[in-house]
Amino acid sequence: MQNTIYQKLLSRRVIFSLIFLLLLAAPLFMSDFRLNLLGKFLAFAILAIGLDLLWGYTGVLSLGHGIFFGIGAYCMAMYLKLEATGGTLPDFMAWSGMSELPLIWLPFQYPIIAILLGILIPAVVALFIGYLTFRNRISGVYFTILSQALVLVVVTLFVGSQNLTGGTSGLTNFKTLFGFQVNSASTQTAFYLITVVVLGLVFFACRKLIKGRFGKILVGIRDGENRMRFLGYNPSAYKTFIYTLSGGIAGLAGMLFVLQVGIISPTMIGIIPSIEMVLWVALGGRGTLIGPIIGAVLVNAAKTGFSESYPDIWTYFLGLLFVLVVVFLPKGITGLFEKWSDRRKKQDVSSSVEVEKSYS
Amino acid sequence: MFGLNEIIITLFNGISLGSILLLIALGLAITFGLMNVINMAHGELIMVGAYITYVIQNLFVNYAPPEYFDLYFIISIPVALIVAAGIGMLLEVSLIRHLYKRPLDSLLATWGIGLILQQTARSIFGAPNVGVTSPSFLTGGLEVGTLFLPYSRLFILGLSIVCLFSIFYYFYRTASGRRIRAVMQNRQMAECLGVSTRKVDMLTFAIGSGFAGVAGCALTLLGAIGPTIGTSYIIDAFMVVVVGGVGALFGAVTGAFGIGILNTVFEYVTNATLGKVLIFVVIIAFLQWRPSGLVMSRSRSLD
Amino acid sequence: MSQAVLKLKKVIVDFSGFKAINQLDFTVQSKSVHFVIGPNGAGKTTLLDVVCGKTKATTGEIKLQEKKELSKLTEDQIVHQGISRKFQAPTIFHNLTVKDNLEIAMKQKKNLFSMIKAKWTNEQKKKVNDMLDLVGLKEEQDQLAGSLAHGQKQWMEIAMVLMQEPDIVLLDEPIAGMSKKERNKTGELITKIAKDHAVLIVEHDMDFVKEYADIVSVMHEGQLLYEGSMEEVQNDPTVREVYLGRKVEENVVN
Repeated sequence: MQNTIYQKLLSRRVIFSLIFLLLLAAPLFMSDFRLNLLGKFLAFAILAIGLDLLWGYTGVLSLGHGIFFGIGAYCMAMYLKLEATGGTLPDFMAWSGMSELPLIWLPFQYPIIAILLGILIPAVVALFIGYLTFRNRISGVYFTILSQALVLVVVTLFVGSQNLTGGTSGLTNFKTLFGFQVNSASTQTAFYLITVVVLGLVFFACRKLIKGRFGKILVGIRDGENRMRFLGYNPSAYKTFIYTLSGGIAGLAGMLFVLQVGIISPTMIGIIPSIEMVLWVALGGRGTLIGPIIGAVLVNAAKTGFSESYPDIWTYFLGLLFVLVVVFLPKGITGLFEKWSDRRKKQDVSSSVEVEKSYS
Repeated sequence: MFGLNEIIITLFNGISLGSILLLIALGLAITFGLMNVINMAHGELIMVGAYITYVIQNLFVNYAPPEYFDLYFIISIPVALIVAAGIGMLLEVSLIRHLYKRPLDSLLATWGIGLILQQTARSIFGAPNVGVTSPSFLTGGLEVGTLFLPYSRLFILGLSIVCLFSIFYYFYRTASGRRIRAVMQNRQMAECLGVSTRKVDMLTFAIGSGFAGVAGCALTLLGAIGPTIGTSYIIDAFMVVVVGGVGALFGAVTGAFGIGILNTVFEYVTNATLGKVLIFVVIIAFLQWRPSGLVMSRSRSLD
Repeated sequence: MSQAVLKLKKVIVDFSGFKAINQLDFTVQSKSVHFVIGPNGAGKTTLLDVVCGKTKATTGEIKLQEKKELSKLTEDQIVHQGISRKFQAPTIFHNLTVKDNLEIAMKQKKNLFSMIKAKWTNEQKKKVNDMLDLVGLKEEQDQLAGSLAHGQKQWMEIAMVLMQEPDIVLLDEPIAGMSKKERNKTGELITKIAKDHAVLIVEHDMDFVKEYADIVSVMHEGQLLYEGSMEEVQNDPTVREVYLGRKVEENVVN
């Protein structure tokens, strides 16, 4: 009898709700500085969920999520920049000799449009690339390589278009959003809370999506794409959809990131950040939704702790982490936890238990 | 619109870039094309080759009579080949061997190795780029009318062709190369015929890695070298293999020179930024027409 | 009274010069167990490939029910026309349970947006349960498919094929690697299936063919060599010469 109560207490739903509540309550017991850091990590966690939907569930590895994240961030940053300059031309444009606002900046005067575009543009870019590659059954490592080339191209474009994007220094020096001072403690707390809520929404929406038959189809595509064709499915459509969705989620994460960090530049979205995102998912545990969140928070917390004081050691550590996770911990931290709880169950319950599905 | 000279120079630069890409892609064509391993540390093996050249140069400066200085480059090539091959072999035995059935995972793990190698180079040689003085026989260039073709670039072109033919000769004309092809085409069958697939895997990977070392050696002719020298070329080189089609030297050659020339032309006609975008668009468009690259291989298995 | 459900006309499959199937005319009758036999390389598996869309015909027509042309459709479209295929090695989803495997195989709208909304209906639940009964995997329904025994995997895959409610079932060596008992069970299953489906089977095991075949087609070098009952096939001199000639002693006559 005690076992069942114990298990109920430990059931996923209860654990998730507790974590969520704890995150919501964090402003009560955390310093502004730490809260801001946590908010940044949680923005990364949102991206990681989308990335895992694509990699962990559908088997498509993208090394290019940095750019979707980046496009979202830039969309938000463009609005903030315009808001900060108060109708005049942003400084870097004036420096590159422009006299009026370029056409593509115009929509970003309006916050709602900027926010919508921050999700839509990355999603459309993903839709376009996904359609053109998956339609031709370019998959596996080929897609992965192309996705990395995409990063190179977009970053080159952002760096090269100094007059439109601020070049290597990116966009920064923001002042207000909807009239609120972006840097004030209360606004930052609000941004943090919004990030937590968005994380919760993304998490539960994705959970709903993969819990049902749809999730089984994704796993089917991951484990046997061609077999799925002979069951009457068109995997290309599913993969394109998930890629698009995950691109949009990354854009959303990018917007929340820029609000809390106050700067976005090409180095934050390039090849190395993009592949680090994959590490978050791998360490946390691909093919689960909670794993990517754990991974994103852990890796970034470690990075913040380490890399400022010992950047060299951090790079070694990061490299080693890639190797160790892949070789010894392919299912990540949640895999460890699952193994542990399976063992518990076997000891606790003598009768046959429903086999824990690896993707739930 | 463009003068004949400019066209020829652009073409030459394109061919030169193509030959560099080919040199890098040859190693990839072996590890990726034949073994289906995405070795993300390939760029760092190039870096190893480059730093070996730098070290040997310094040894010559410090310990050899100045009249023998040029020899350092001649010696560097085989040393770079052997050291890079050795690292590759070590990598295969310790890591990649366990990940053959998980190509995406081997990609991530080798990326990690690449990071470690890069940081090691940074710790030993420092983060700033270091210069390597080209040997005197490769400075200057060939003057044809008003055209100036640097010897260093001609040399790289020659080197890539020599490497291409030696790979071709090795794979198609020697017993050892035949064994490699046998294993890559039908592992079980080769095993049944008494080929040690473990040894062959190790050897193949070592050869692919060795060529990265040679490429690194060649890159020192073009400018200063740094810990990230490999990464700047590696993505383009992977594109060469994707476009060329897997497991075919002919595809790699066409892909390398195609991308090299188009890249230079695009950058000349537009600018460096737009050139990169255009080349990506062209590659995506090309893949609409030939999704599995120039050279297709059929397989009878389902997945 | 049976009728033709599938007709191939002058089909050629050319693998860069090698004609795996050469000018093949082939007909499958409804509600029949139709075996295809022939030596290795005769084009048997290619025949299944070309029908289900895995391989495209170089030239020729493949018509379902006298009207629908299949050779231009993609694999998933062909499935929705009513053709389902079981591959030689069990290709099932190891990380899904037996029930999940049947669930995603089940005939339903399989496009992206229908699937996002998909919910179990009572009718669907009944179909899956009936199928689990038919192939005898009721007890194992919540096990991961990867944990099944080899024979069970084969039956589960047959069940997945049937869940698609096809007109024509294609089976590639369904009894390979099975014990005597499992073979008999598979044979019974095939007989049951043929009550309302056409079943086209590639098989090497002559005893099995003899026991369950309505029609046997002998293929040789990409063409149809002979077609008839097993008895007729066995007595045909050309068949004996090219194919049964070397197998007749060991397999068929004893």
